Amino acid sequence: MGVKLASERPGFSEMEDVNFTDSELVYHVRDALRSVTLGDSNSYNELIGVIHHTEYLTPDEVALLVTSLKALSGAVSCIDIAHHDSLLSSIFRMSMWSYGPDVMDALVELIISLAASSGKYIDSCLDMLVSNFMPPHYFLALLKQPRGLARKDQVLHRVHSALRDIADLVPLAPLRLLPIILQKMPNVYSKEPMIVIYVENMLRLESGAMGELVGSMILCAVVDRLIDLDVEIEWEDILQDDFSKGIFEMELEDVEETLDDDEQEGDELPRESSSWRRFRGNVVAEKLDSLLVLMFEHLRSCNDVGRLSNVFETLLQSFKQTVMKAHKSKFSQFVMFYACSLDPGNCGVRFADILADIFTGSVSPPDVRMSAVAYLASYLSRAKFLPASFVVNILQRLVGWCWKYTESQDGDINPDAHRVFYSGCQAIMYVLCFRMRSIMDVHRMKSQLFLMPVEALLKHPLSPLKVCLPSIVEEFLRQAKAAHLFTVSETFVFNDLLESEHSRAFGGKERLDMFFPFDPCLLRKSDRYIRPNFVYWSMVRTTYDDDDEEGSSDEDVVDGFMGRSVENIAGDAMAASFEEHDLDLDEFDYSMNKMSITPKNSSNFRFGSELYGSAMRMPSRIRPSTSPESL
Amino acid sequence: MEGLKVSDAKLVVYVHPSKATKVSQAILRELSSLLFKFSEILDGVVLAYDVSTLSEVAKILPGVHPYFGVRLQAKLLLFHPKADMLLEGKVVKLGQQSIHVIVLGFSSAIIIEEDIREEFKYKVKRGEEVFDSASHKRHKIKVGTTLRFLVKSFDEEILHISGSLVPAHTGSVRWLDKNREDWLHADRSSKKRKKSAEREQMWEHNKPIIDASTLSMNTDQSNKKSKKRRRNEDS
Repeated sequence: MGVKLASERPGFSEMEDVNFTDSELVYHVRDALRSVTLGDSNSYNELIGVIHHTEYLTPDEVALLVTSLKALSGAVSCIDIAHHDSLLSSIFRMSMWSYGPDVMDALVELIISLAASSGKYIDSCLDMLVSNFMPPHYFLALLKQPRGLARKDQVLHRVHSALRDIADLVPLAPLRLLPIILQKMPNVYSKEPMIVIYVENMLRLESGAMGELVGSMILCAVVDRLIDLDVEIEWEDILQDDFSKGIFEMELEDVEETLDDDEQEGDELPRESSSWRRFRGNVVAEKLDSLLVLMFEHLRSCNDVGRLSNVFETLLQSFKQTVMKAHKSKFSQFVMFYACSLDPGNCGVRFADILADIFTGSVSPPDVRMSAVAYLASYLSRAKFLPASFVVNILQRLVGWCWKYTESQDGDINPDAHRVFYSGCQAIMYVLCFRMRSIMDVHRMKSQLFLMPVEALLKHPLSPLKVCLPSIVEEFLRQAKAAHLFTVSETFVFNDLLESEHSRAFGGKERLDMFFPFDPCLLRKSDRYIRPNFVYWSMVRTTYDDDDEEGSSDEDVVDGFMGRSVENIAGDAMAASFEEHDLDLDEFDYSMNKMSITPKNSSNFRFGSELYGSAMRMPSRIRPSTSPESL
Repeated sequence: MEGLKVSDAKLVVYVHPSKATKVSQAILRELSSLLFKFSEILDGVVLAYDVSTLSEVAKILPGVHPYFGVRLQAKLLLFHPKADMLLEGKVVKLGQQSIHVIVLGFSSAIIIEEDIREEFKYKVKRGEEVFDSASHKRHKIKVGTTLRFLVKSFDEEILHISGSLVPAHTGSVRWLDKNREDWLHADRSSKKRKKSAEREQMWEHNKPIIDASTLSMNTDQSNKKSKKRRRNEDS
C-alpha cells in the first residue's frame, strides 16, 4: 500500500529504486510550490496528501513523509502564506505524538525553518509546538503505559529543544510565546491528564533556558489555575457544620469516622483519614491535588539547583495578588508552605516577615491585613521547621503593634471598629496555644515572652478576650494559667462554643475570625509532601500537659512545666519533641484511633492534647486530684 | 551601520494618582513598555531612552480618575531599517538555503539562497558549514561571522528583516574592512557607479556608528519632535 503518485514526476515515484540528493528533492518541492501560482496544483496536492496521511503508516510511507518534510524545510522561502494556505494548515495541525522519532525530527526541522524564515509564521509555529504539549485524546490512555511514556519523552524533548532553537534564531520569540502559552492553557473543566501534562510543560519552560524571560508569568499563571480549581471546591465538601466542636477538636473528627468505616469495610482498606475518603470522588479536588504535587516537585528541583529564592519572590508576588485576594483559599497556599519548608532560613523567614509587614503596615485595607495575620498565625503554628525563637520575635512585633494600638484608643469593646486589632490579638493567642510550651521551656524565650505586655493587652477595656473566638480564648487562658503567664479574675464561661456573636461581628462578612488557612491539608497526594513539616494539634505539648507518657503521677502535672528542665529539649524545642513522635503513617493513624476511647463531650479534654500517648488511661484531671491546681 | 537614529521627543505621560508618591518609577515603567516594539508615531523601534522632566508642575485631568500629566523631554534611540540600507549582524545559523543573522541582539534577519550572490559557494568543511567566496580566498562566512548585508524588507510586527548579499560591498565585515580595494573596484566596474560612490560616502560617514552603545548622533536625520499621549494604568 502506498500513496498514489503521478508517474511523470520522477522525484516522487518508485522511491526504492531512485536515489536523489537532498538538493534535488528540495528543487522538486520548490517546483511544486511555484506551480501552484501558475495554476498547476497536482504535485502540490500530492504533497498535502502525504502529510495528511497519519494512520498505520508503512515504513515506505514513513520514509516518504520524512523526505517530504525535509525537502519542505529547504523550500520554506517559496512558501507563500496565501497560495499555500492548505499546506500550511496541514503542517500546523500535525501532532508529533502520532509519529515515530524520524518524522518528529523532520517535522521539527521544518517548523524551525518556517519560524526563522519570516515573521508571518512565527505565531503559528509557536502555536503548533505548544499544541504538542498535549497528546491527542486517543493517546491519553496510553500515557500510563511504558510505551506511552517513552513516546511522551521523545515528543516533549523535541518540542522544548525546538522552542529553544527558535528563540536562538528569533530573539523576540519568547515574547510571542508567552501569550500563546497562557491562552492555550486548559481550563478547569478539562480532563485531569491534559491539565497535568500542560502544566508540567509550563514548569519545564520555567526551569529551562527561556526561564528568565517567561518564568515569572508562567508561575503566576499556574498559581492562578490552582486558585481557579480551589474556588470550585465547595466548603460543604470539607466541613461538617458542627460548630459545637472546638476548633482543635476538629482534627480529631477523622478518628471517630475511621473507626466506624473500618468496621464496615474490613481490613483490606488502608487506614486513610475519612476526610480523604470524602474527596475521593471529587474530580476538581483531584486535579488540584495533582497540580499541587507538580508544583511541589518543581520547587524541590529548583531548590536542588539553588534557584529557589528567585522563584520564591515570584511566588510571593503571586501569593499577594492572587491567593490572598481569593476568598478563603483552601489548599493553594500550601505551595508557599512547601517552598518555605524547603528553605526555612531564607524563604521561611521571609514569608512570615512579609505577612507581618502587611499586618503592621497601614497601606493595605483592613480585610487584607486581617487575612494576612490569619495566614501568619496559622503558618507560625503549623510550620515545624520554624524555630521557636523566630516565632517569639514575630510575636513581639504583633504584640508591639497591638499594644501601640491600645495606647491610642480609649474606647470600649467594639468588634467592628477594631477588627484589625482583634484579629491581631486572636493571632497572638492562637500561636501561643501551639507554641507556649516550647517557648516556656527555654529560659531566654520565656523571659522574652514575659516581658511582652500580653496580660495588659488582653485585659485592656477593648476586651479582646470577649471578642475573639471562644475556643481559642479558652485554650489560651488555660495554657497561660498553667504557665503562670497570667490569670484572669473573672471566669469566662463559653459553654463549648466555637464562635460567639462578638467573634462573628469582628470576623465580618468573610468570617475572617474563623480563617485558619494552614489547617491540615485534606488533599491526599499533596499531604504527603506537607506532613513531615506539619504540626498537628495532637502533637502539641501544652503547658498543662502531662509530660511523661509512661505512668506519671499527679504531682508531675504541676512539676511538668516548672520543674522540668530542658532535659531533652534542644534549642529548637518543637523539633526535638517531635522526634519521638515521628512515626510512620500507619502507626500514627493507629495511635490516633486510640484517642476515640476518651469521652468526646467533656469540656475538659476538648483539645485532646493530653490524649496522645496516654490514651489508654484516664487523664489525671478526672481523678481526684491532689495537685495544687485543684486547691 | 544604518538604520539607527537618536530622536528628541517631547512626551506627556499620564500617571495614575496611586503612583503619586513614586512618579519616576511610574514614568520609567511606562517608557519601558515601549521598548523593542515598533512605534508608528516615533517611526522606529525604541531601543533605549534617556528621559528628564520638563516641569515640576503637572496638569490634572478632569474626570473620574484624576490622572496627572507629567511633561517629559526624552532622547530616544530608534531603529528603523529601510530597504537598501546596510546593516550588520552576527551569523547564528548557516544552511544551503539560508543564512540566519541576528542584528543588535534582538532582531532576526534571514538571507535566502536566491539573495546570496554567485560568488559564495556553500561547503561543509570539517563538519562546519561555511560559505566560501570563489573569487576571494579569504572571504568566508560561517557561524559567528559579523555580516554586513543589504535590507530588502522589514517586518514591523515581529522585527524580522529580510536581507540580501547580492551587492559587492556586502559580506563578512572583517574581510570587507581589510580589503576595501577589492570590492570598491568590483563596484566601480558595474553600471551603478553613481549609487556606489554615494554609498561609499555614506559608508565613510556612518563608520563611527558601528557600536550602538555609543549614542552618536547621525546628523543627516533631523531632530524629531513629537508629542505623545499615553496613559499609565494602575496595575
